[in-house]
Amino acid sequence: MSDNKYSLEFLLEMYRKMVLIRQFEDRVKFLFLEGIMPGTIHQCQGQEASAVGVCMALNEDDVITSTHRPHGHAIAKGVSIQSMMDELFGKITGCCKGKGGSMHIGDLDKGMIPAVAIVGGNIPLATGAALAFKMRKEKRVAVSFMGDGATNEGAFHEAVNMGAIWNLPVLYVVENNLYGASTPVGMVVRTKNISDRAAIYDIPGVTVDGNDPIAVYEAAQEAVARARRGEGPTLLELMTYRITGHSRRDPALYQPKDEKQRAKENEPIGRFRKYLVGNDLTSADVLDKIDAEIEEEIEKVVVQAQKAADPKPEDALEDMFVESI
Amino acid sequence: MKRLGIAEALREGIRQEMARDERVFCIGEDIAIPGGWGGAFTVTLGLEKDFPDRMLNTPIAENGFMGIACGAAMMGLRPIADVQYSDFLFCAMDQVCNNVAKMRYMSGGKAKVPMVIRAPVGVTGRGSQHAQNMETFFMPLQGVRIACPATAYDALGILRTAVRSDDPIMIFEHKLLYGSKGARAESGAFDASSDIPDEDYTVPIGKAVVRKEGKDITIIGTLLMMHRALQAAEQLEKQGISAEVIDPRWLVPFDLETVRKSVRKTGAVMTVEESAKQGGIGAEIVATIVEEMSDDLKAPPIRLAAPNTVVPFAPPMEKFYIPQVEDIVDAAKKLLN
Repeated sequence: MSDNKYSLEFLLEMYRKMVLIRQFEDRVKFLFLEGIMPGTIHQCQGQEASAVGVCMALNEDDVITSTHRPHGHAIAKGVSIQSMMDELFGKITGCCKGKGGSMHIGDLDKGMIPAVAIVGGNIPLATGAALAFKMRKEKRVAVSFMGDGATNEGAFHEAVNMGAIWNLPVLYVVENNLYGASTPVGMVVRTKNISDRAAIYDIPGVTVDGNDPIAVYEAAQEAVARARRGEGPTLLELMTYRITGHSRRDPALYQPKDEKQRAKENEPIGRFRKYLVGNDLTSADVLDKIDAEIEEEIEKVVVQAQKAADPKPEDALEDMFVESI
Repeated sequence: MKRLGIAEALREGIRQEMARDERVFCIGEDIAIPGGWGGAFTVTLGLEKDFPDRMLNTPIAENGFMGIACGAAMMGLRPIADVQYSDFLFCAMDQVCNNVAKMRYMSGGKAKVPMVIRAPVGVTGRGSQHAQNMETFFMPLQGVRIACPATAYDALGILRTAVRSDDPIMIFEHKLLYGSKGARAESGAFDASSDIPDEDYTVPIGKAVVRKEGKDITIIGTLLMMHRALQAAEQLEKQGISAEVIDPRWLVPFDLETVRKSVRKTGAVMTVEESAKQGGIGAEIVATIVEEMSDDLKAPPIRLAAPNTVVPFAPPMEKFYIPQVEDIVDAAKKLLN
């Protein structure tokens, strides 16, 4: 991790956001296992640093797109956790009025396009958002978050190629958690790094430690600055690990025990705590207090979400078109 | 007032809309290459001279550029995305069906996708993969509207409507009706030109038009089949049968009221389409008519369609595949007997 060039306020904000994501996800997992929450979920415990590091390098009016594993990105971009929890419970007050659910979380007012649950499907959307920014000569940037698996989709190639030839202000952020569902990335990718693929588009490709929020932030900042200068896209590969199942009841038996063990030691929040406390930047008490505040906040959110109103069944017929005929 | 073919009318419409609204841009393959063709059928010919920054030539990447257009539309631009042949939409199915069509709904009504997709259809001597009437494949898709203009007047009016709409609209255009000229002229083309008024008219979403009034039988068809139905109606007239021809113009939403009025009068109805019968447009329209108007029907409706096979190449087989004027005449007579 880098030297003390960041204010304590900034570092604690980074910590707070990562913990908010972790606790949100852990609470949601519990609600699912209790059978209280409907649907299915894909969670991002262990991958908090990538969402937070990248989004902290963005402005409010920048735009992100995400995947079937979108909760962390949404929280990091500033989507209200109340509106997210309401959405997960299928409530009318949810960020998508109960029409999206976990895999389509988003809020355009906060710069997040509804998440796309078809692997690779969000990459052209972010590229298109970037095209709009460039055509209107706005200094905004779009980010496509994707998993390692998405980089084998045709949509990846088509969109990254167009992002490159048109020099669009877009970041292609690959969260490489080593597995596409249960398939190890080494079985389906020949190059050492996924970022090596950037070379064929003649754009920068960078691989960084995706469990180090500061390293992620710095790499994202550089790519964002480049994009804002009109110099085009960057392929940013963030090495991370999912310390939960692929979806709600997956015990992840395909992850070797020793690998899992190492990943737990390397997970971003524990590491960041050690960094902050070990370098005397703050104390464990301060961090514990943040943890407790977030716990309380999430508990309130869950209580309120459960009390929120369900949509009427026939609301299913609304919101397809702007213009009703 | 001037006389234009469909390709010219669309070009005129796109030019006007781009001049009127700087959010409008075109995106597609070979649409704006100086010395090129202006898309596969000359629709965008020369527009790059007027709008060099808003005519985006893409790589051959239909799924990618449909998604890019969708993303740009959500950010407030108004893309007109076209594929060279509608068959290529299969490559773009994910973006069109999962994103373009669903983004607004999934966002709970927050997102807007003001996007136009244009696609040429029709069986035209090119074998199986440059031939399909792809509008059929989008009939069950919720979240897009589908137009099929059969005349230059409608093509221009529908284009204006589509560009100005805040919702995604797919326009299916027929290769034999474009009136494309020069190297891109089609053999077997059918004159679909119209007198185009100078005023800024539009064609309302979901409104059919009665192309010919009649009292004995209602014939419903779009695009080339609408023109064949009109020809068939002329022949039927000579044989003492008065056919009413309805051009739906929009398959989604479908103008059931215009059909209802006609069926009440005639009590007999048939559909004509250029796609295979199985799961086709006729299936949808006829099923709805039977559900809603069975009291008015004097005889079971007929779905005249291509046979259930892949579009063939050899001219005799191709002719057999596409419903001909005489097939429509025969089917109408059979229904009335």
